[in-house]
Amino acid sequence: MKKRKERIDRGIKARSSDIFALLSWREMLYLSAPRMLPIIGCLTLPLILGPYWQKVLLSVAVFALLAISWDILAQTGMVSLGQALFFGVGAYCAGVMNHYFGLSPFITLPVASVLGGLICTLLLLPVLRLRGIYFSMVTLIIPLMMVRVIEATKVFGGTEGLSGMTPLPSIWIELYLVIAVLLAALFGFRRMMDSDYGLILKGISDNDRSVINAGINIYQFKAQALFIAGSIGSFCGAFMTHVYMFVGMPVFALDYSILPIAAAVVGGPGTLAGAALGAFLLVPMSEALRGLGGLRIVLYGVFLVIFIIALPEGIFHYMQRKYQQFERWVEVEK
Amino acid sequence: MFIGTTLYALINTSILALMAIGFNLTFGISGVANFAYGAIYILAAYCIWGMINLLQLPYLLAVAIAVLGNMVLGALIYRFVLLRIRGQALSEVIATFGIGLAILELFSYFGWVGFEYTLPVFSDRSFIIAGTYIDFQRIAIAGFAAVLIFGLWIFTHHTSVGLAFRGIAQDERTALTFGIDSDRIGALSVSIGAGLAALAALFIIPLGSISPGEGYDVLIKALAVCIIGGLGSTGGVVLASFIVGFAERFTDTYIGSHWTMIVSLAAILIVLTVKPSGLLGKQKELEERI
Repeated sequence: MKKRKERIDRGIKARSSDIFALLSWREMLYLSAPRMLPIIGCLTLPLILGPYWQKVLLSVAVFALLAISWDILAQTGMVSLGQALFFGVGAYCAGVMNHYFGLSPFITLPVASVLGGLICTLLLLPVLRLRGIYFSMVTLIIPLMMVRVIEATKVFGGTEGLSGMTPLPSIWIELYLVIAVLLAALFGFRRMMDSDYGLILKGISDNDRSVINAGINIYQFKAQALFIAGSIGSFCGAFMTHVYMFVGMPVFALDYSILPIAAAVVGGPGTLAGAALGAFLLVPMSEALRGLGGLRIVLYGVFLVIFIIALPEGIFHYMQRKYQQFERWVEVEK
Repeated sequence: MFIGTTLYALINTSILALMAIGFNLTFGISGVANFAYGAIYILAAYCIWGMINLLQLPYLLAVAIAVLGNMVLGALIYRFVLLRIRGQALSEVIATFGIGLAILELFSYFGWVGFEYTLPVFSDRSFIIAGTYIDFQRIAIAGFAAVLIFGLWIFTHHTSVGLAFRGIAQDERTALTFGIDSDRIGALSVSIGAGLAALAALFIIPLGSISPGEGYDVLIKALAVCIIGGLGSTGGVVLASFIVGFAERFTDTYIGSHWTMIVSLAAILIVLTVKPSGLLGKQKELEERI
């Protein structure tokens, strides 16, 4: 019996590339497996893990969300070097509402997300016209300045920060809340980037002048993308404020800017899924290497350099290509 | 107090110009991003310190080795990292920033921080100028900065290599048609920039001590001077150093030391928002914004 190799995706793509006309359960599995795997994984992981790794999963999800927020901005042509700004603004919004007004976390979280997104958009509105590296430099500098302003003006507790926040009721609510938000953001924004709206955002990064030529107001779209990314980042900050029960100057730390970029670069920019995948690889790895202390950041630096030079497409694109080239043995028809 | 503040502001200006000059040569004049600049500055300082105190080498030999070593390191960074991602401005920034991050965090991991980690001053003498006490080191910095700025202007306007530096920043393809090997010039520019960072460390570190955190500050200050002055402009470096140098010293004396860093950061932000290519910058005015 003679056999030959057959690409699995060919048959599906030959019928249609965007409307799937599926002929068998096997084809359905082929298409749905990569989507179901992260959903099932994320929902079951909290049940398997011990208390310590549950906390790690929390920060994995938060960094995955920050990386997604970075990726949405990057796909719109605004490469941010300061995700810490979004994180910090959200953290302080939630912290102030909880500390001074005693609002419950279930009110502060959504309000801080929207308010934080608004504040970030307003802060960056004057530099919306800047392109490429000039925009990046502004975003690099604003979080650094925020730290010094808080230090100098002693506002919101100054260097001491605000402590004694209300925690969320239990670890299960924390875990499933952040996982639900992560999955919703991942799949929702992936769909958004595939829609006409996302096409305009991607067009702005490819060639902003021709988007203007098409009669589209790109500043409006850029501001909306900023608001979306800012809200995601602010949610992360607000969430972590309630988890740590503390908000202070460390929320503007370089970690919150570097790690999401590292995650997106390692995972593969431009897909959102790559950014999340990068966070799921990097954060547990850095936990496992906790014994190395400060050397972890050295490793991040080295990883950034290696991936940018050797695998600029990132792991996700590589895996996606391999999955689509997946072959099976079939009998040669007589 | 006013005269004293003015004198120290002048010295602060020279320190800023000296810190920024290598970065300006690499990033400003030839358009190659080297965000590992702060790390290279600290690396050179630790190298000189190690060779003097651990290996007992004579001072001048240690300095020569450190400067040459830095230049080789700069060329290697260009050859093995920057060359592969040339032209993608943001990849250049992220990759070189990654290198700098790795170097600086490695030093903070070793924990070499303290007053014993400093370089020797050139001379213990000091002067009283207009009723203000100034030591010899600060005067040496002012003199050296002035010489270097003048040298940089001569180099970029009247030597063929310096003109080639400006050429590859303006238009790399046109530069190629003039027989300029842009990779060789790019490597040379990173290398000379790194060498200047070592010289700056040699002059400035004796005023304080070596610490990894200083590396980030040096990068930000160099960036501030380059951005405010305008990329590719020697006059811009001088002007920006004066603005930031005086602003820092006067806020320090009359408002409070907490505000010094805020002033320079705010200056960068305002300039980036209003005129991204800098006060005297002429390059890439069309590409900066839309």
